[in-house]
Amino acid sequence: MSTSVDLSTTLGDAWFPTPIFTASGCASNGKELAQFFPLKDIGAVVTKSVMTKPRHGRATPRMAETPSGMLNSIGLQGPGIDAFLANDLPWLISQGSRVIVSIAGETSDEYGVLARKLRAASGISAIEVNISCPNVENRGLVFAADSDASCRVIDSVRKVIGGEIPIIAKLTPDVTDIAKIAQGVVDSGADALALINTVLGMVINLDTMKPHLGGKTGGLSGPAIRPIAVRTIYQVHNALPSIPILGMGGVASGRDALELILAGASGVSVGTASFGNPTAIMSIQKELALLLQARGFTSLQQAIGYAHRG
Amino acid sequence: MSTINKSAAQFLAPIIANKRIGSYHQIILGVGDLVKNCRPGNFIAISVGGDSSRMILRRAFAISRTSDSAQYGGTIELIVAPHGAGSRWLASQSEGTELDVVTPLGTAFGIPTEPVNALLIGGGYGSAPLFGLAEVLKNRGCRTDMLLGASVGEKIYAPMEGKRSVNSLQIFTEDGSMGEKGRVTSRLEAIISERAIDIIYSCGPMPMLRAITEIAQANDVIHQCAVEEAMACGVGICMTCVLPVKDETGIISMKRSCIDGPVIDGSSVCWDLVGKNPAEF
Repeated sequence: MSTSVDLSTTLGDAWFPTPIFTASGCASNGKELAQFFPLKDIGAVVTKSVMTKPRHGRATPRMAETPSGMLNSIGLQGPGIDAFLANDLPWLISQGSRVIVSIAGETSDEYGVLARKLRAASGISAIEVNISCPNVENRGLVFAADSDASCRVIDSVRKVIGGEIPIIAKLTPDVTDIAKIAQGVVDSGADALALINTVLGMVINLDTMKPHLGGKTGGLSGPAIRPIAVRTIYQVHNALPSIPILGMGGVASGRDALELILAGASGVSVGTASFGNPTAIMSIQKELALLLQARGFTSLQQAIGYAHRG
Repeated sequence: MSTINKSAAQFLAPIIANKRIGSYHQIILGVGDLVKNCRPGNFIAISVGGDSSRMILRRAFAISRTSDSAQYGGTIELIVAPHGAGSRWLASQSEGTELDVVTPLGTAFGIPTEPVNALLIGGGYGSAPLFGLAEVLKNRGCRTDMLLGASVGEKIYAPMEGKRSVNSLQIFTEDGSMGEKGRVTSRLEAIISERAIDIIYSCGPMPMLRAITEIAQANDVIHQCAVEEAMACGVGICMTCVLPVKDETGIISMKRSCIDGPVIDGSSVCWDLVGKNPAEF
């Protein structure tokens, strides 16, 4: 880093040398990006949300580019937790990467099972509990759309792993009162919050005159949703100023990352920008350091939530 | 380090030439020494629209041919069909413009170690990577015949210099406006047996690849095809470009056409399941 700004950050008890991370579902499990930059040079790799069993995901087409964004409809394709722990996690750790493991389940019990498997693994910095994937068959399964359901999931993870590894609850902005959902999961044992997951959207194909995606609806990501991320992070940081936030949503440059940090994010995940530019994360990290320095900050910590100060 | 994308690099590549050829644009990019890693079947992912573009995803193009000359160093050729906003932008760029590229990506066509009889089949501008492949096969002493097909004659891509690398070229159009009226598969079975074809290489629309696979399997001929699926990233991280593929043990999984493809054994693809809900496999 060419500046003297201290970029280190924390999410609960977990310490990271820089605040720029991959976003779950946008870096697979790290191997693909390792050709483009050393994974240890970023804050952490947040792995693709893994379930108890291997999963094929949804039908194709799974993608539609939209103005300054894209819709995806992957449906949590993945190897399952056992293969992940046997292959992907050891490889990431061998690279010197810090790892945040993202988990997803169909029931609150499944999250508990996943947490139990992770408790036995070593080298994990934190767990992201993805309760807000929009690409599930039943909208009722988006736990984060409902405060009680969210709390049940976080509670089942906390019972297994609470106090040992920081629990980050990943929420959706597709709710009426995000601060209420956030307060609920924090009361249930979340140490930090990941904001935001993709926003539910749809594209209709004018040739077929039907929904374009195999799964009909998809998650909107990219710069198009950045103002939603900024607003959500701002509202939650305002309501819960002591709870660290891993911010994400359309960050494609250092200025975008700084915007989320000023709104209240302690760390920033870069997702869709990596699709268009595999080295985006490294550029963003460098640009952020320069932007902080130019504003007179000597540490990242001074800038977190700055937009709230009088 | 992982082996995925192991030859790939991201860099700025200057446009050496941009020529309109019929419905298509032939674009030559300077890639320097990286050309040594580019194999027939590999592709390139290019940022489009400039810095303030609302198009956030790269566009993927097959590498058509490669060259290494004293004047320009290593160059690669792409064939662009300007049918969307991104490809139109690319086709409108002038010589000297530097493009942000990631290449070489994906799997390459397997090259036989012995001289065999190869049949190359292209649909529309899907013929592009087959000309580079033909040159490699010719140098290996293979007999290479080529079949090109399209809906109409103006969608056939067959440059003069490319024709020199094949032993024969037959063109099929659905409306009969160029070559024979029909499809590349119309007389494929007879062509396979008359010319004792050992291997088929193909690139083009998915229904064409599926039809070729069925005929190749029935006639016990190896078929390597380069598939086309919508990709967001091109480097294996987005999981959008997946295809149902069966392994030796019969297990079907959703493989990424960007890193497990684009070149793939046609008989391993479960063509009837493409676009179906994987939960029902």
